[in-house]
Amino acid sequence: MTENNFILNCEGISKAFGGTQALKDVQLHIRAGEVHALLGENGAGKSTLMKIVIGLIKQDTGTMEFEGKPYQANGPVDALNSGISMIHQELNPEPYLTVAESIFLKRESTKGFLLDKKTQNQKCEELLRKFDVPYTAKTMMKDLTLAQIQMVEIIKAVSCDARLIIMDEPTSSLDSTETDHLFDTIRDLKKKGVAIIYISHRMEEIFEICDHVSVFRNGTYVDTKSMVGVTREELISMMVGREVKNVFPKVDCEIGETVFKVEGLCGKGFQDVSFEVHKGEILGLSGLVGSGRSETVRAIFGLDPISSGKMYLEGQEITNKNTRAAIKKGICMVNEDRKKYGLCLLRSIRENISLPNLPEKQKGLVLNQKREKEEVEEVSRKLTVKCASIEHNGFSLSGGNQQKVVLAKWIMANPKVLILDEPTRGVDVGAKSEIHALMCEFAAKGMAVIMISSELPEVMGMSDRILVYHEGKINGEISRAEILNQSVTQKEILEVAFGQKRGRK
Amino acid sequence: MSNTKNKSKNNDALRMFMGKYGIGVILVFMLVIISIMKPRFIYPSNVLNILTQISVNCLIAYGMCLAITTGGIDLSVGSQLALVSCLLGQFIVNMNMNIFLACVLAALAATLMGFINGFLIAKFDMFPFVVTLATQLVIRSLAQIISDGKGLSMAMPGFKAIYSGTLLGIPLPIIYMILISIIMYIVLHWTRFGRYVFAVGGNVHAAIASGVSVFWTKTMCYTISGLLAGLAGIIFSSKTGSAQSNIGVGYETDAVAACVLGGTSFAGGIATAPGVLLGAIIIGCIYNGMNFLNIGSYYQYMTKGIIIIFAVLLDMVINKKGN
Repeated sequence: MTENNFILNCEGISKAFGGTQALKDVQLHIRAGEVHALLGENGAGKSTLMKIVIGLIKQDTGTMEFEGKPYQANGPVDALNSGISMIHQELNPEPYLTVAESIFLKRESTKGFLLDKKTQNQKCEELLRKFDVPYTAKTMMKDLTLAQIQMVEIIKAVSCDARLIIMDEPTSSLDSTETDHLFDTIRDLKKKGVAIIYISHRMEEIFEICDHVSVFRNGTYVDTKSMVGVTREELISMMVGREVKNVFPKVDCEIGETVFKVEGLCGKGFQDVSFEVHKGEILGLSGLVGSGRSETVRAIFGLDPISSGKMYLEGQEITNKNTRAAIKKGICMVNEDRKKYGLCLLRSIRENISLPNLPEKQKGLVLNQKREKEEVEEVSRKLTVKCASIEHNGFSLSGGNQQKVVLAKWIMANPKVLILDEPTRGVDVGAKSEIHALMCEFAAKGMAVIMISSELPEVMGMSDRILVYHEGKINGEISRAEILNQSVTQKEILEVAFGQKRGRK
Repeated sequence: MSNTKNKSKNNDALRMFMGKYGIGVILVFMLVIISIMKPRFIYPSNVLNILTQISVNCLIAYGMCLAITTGGIDLSVGSQLALVSCLLGQFIVNMNMNIFLACVLAALAATLMGFINGFLIAKFDMFPFVVTLATQLVIRSLAQIISDGKGLSMAMPGFKAIYSGTLLGIPLPIIYMILISIIMYIVLHWTRFGRYVFAVGGNVHAAIASGVSVFWTKTMCYTISGLLAGLAGIIFSSKTGSAQSNIGVGYETDAVAACVLGGTSFAGGIATAPGVLLGAIIIGCIYNGMNFLNIGSYYQYMTKGIIIIFAVLLDMVINKKGN
């Protein structure tokens, strides 16, 4: 291992925000042409370190070297000029720019004072050809899917001659085909000698694509390992500093009578969906992104209209004109898009948790705020929301804790049917298993839980029954017994998701 | 470590204090400076005078605050004053109606206009700025049609007493303002509706996902704004003792200024009722204080503008918006 192998060296980096030490004497060494994973729970310091690398924030102490020269960026543009580009988890494209305009933003081709669109488009087409993408230089950004937008970002990075590309949770909104395509691109980049820092919570991906992994915990650097020979359990225990024995703490509980049933439900993105879910059961919905899972539950919850079909709650036929109707009947949903549908971040944790539950807190004309406070405190204690006070606003919480607050508001509503759409997306490992344990607790209390997850191990580890979607229809059903005796594996579920027919009971 | 923690805790505490009461600090600062220069400024008679003067703006500002907190604005409030004034003129002078009944009907008319604003905004998801910009013209025109463009004198003592009467030595407009302030405090901070207003303004999608009816929340906000503008119109007409269709021009500016000074966020979701009251008092002190200091009225708008910009800047520094 000689020094000149490394394209990026960070030594002794520390950073404090107010009184919190976000990074303590951290190091990171990246080789040219490798894919290097950064692993750690939320708040472990990965993002802070990356922000320092691209110059969004400045470290308190420590030095960096890039390609053998001392390096310090004054911002993302500066970093890009030096050859470092970052592709953020949340992509914010300008919807009304064309692909070419996005890629050449701030370095447009010009003819005197005027833009030279023709040359720019030609240059862009050349680039696009190399990457074999199904859109042209003149396509509007708003017409692209998330995966395609991400690819535009990558192409932009490459066109700026980036030698190091940082990808923050690049697959969080991609389905598995799109993920595979991304991985192909990453492998190509690698061959060209581009180094990639890959931040992800998804262990499978890290094992698939990465060469090395650096683990962080609580703002400190733990270790760097080669992906060859390291095990999943080892990495997880490095991250959490304690042994995580059972990744999925599924507790089997007694499954009672049918609580909720849908028959021949049709709507935008799904057709002829029928299923029932029982008391104490966790029903997993699997399938590719866009296969109709989320669309189904959104319609059940009253967010989108249903074109035909029937729903029954405890034997009674119901319709949900809007979310209020659904909540009143005891059907609650945690949305997959936490940022959009989760919390009012400006308002306090207390107000957020009690928002759907205010009718019960009414005392005459006003709210019984004392009771509200007690109840919110109780539920947030039960769900171990880590906050200084329930009067603090949502911005002060990490992703995992925000998700717990969202859960808390529905637990307070004591629903009969609890729908969880990607309940652990973007949540760190610790909070993830806490949320899993809570799900089991809810089921044990007699709730019927419907869970959607794009992570197959999660669906397999948590569900009593799995329904697999394919192109808007339920294509197969898998029982927990089949998973436990390993007659059905991840591979088979994926095959059903890709269209192979499978029977239903 | 614990030392730095304590320090940052103190900093946080200071910031929270300033975030909550910063506007009050500005007010005290202003009062002290003007009082040092002109002690008569804080004589009880002048204080009562200022509070009486701001009552109209304060009522309008509470309605404006609801609109702004849900992410909108209500530009029609000035025209609402004119509509109410002209209706009162017709009811009381031309139709000889009972004064109380006339006031109720006029206020209802303004409420209805507010409801129409809210309905258009909430039902069709139109931009509040555009909707109220348009209805402002419609309402002003209605006032002119009703009055045929002519002013009417309403100098009868019964009507004048609405403004000039006193209770226990306190001018009635101040009493109205206190009552409305208490009601608005309860509405915003103690009721479901208040929570829904903050939720809709803070994150409309999260509000929908929590079962909040965005339609009713928004419609109610503009309806209440209409009602409050209507009440302000009655007080204003009583003050001038006349029915006129050209009053209230530019009043939305003062109301917006009071809201912004009082910490109402234009991004939506943040506001307090006491803040709006303090904001209205500051605006009143600017007008009154500048008269005291013999500063020409040409400078008043400029001063107001500059103070608003500084208030917003201060607010941003204190609250360190967006991490």
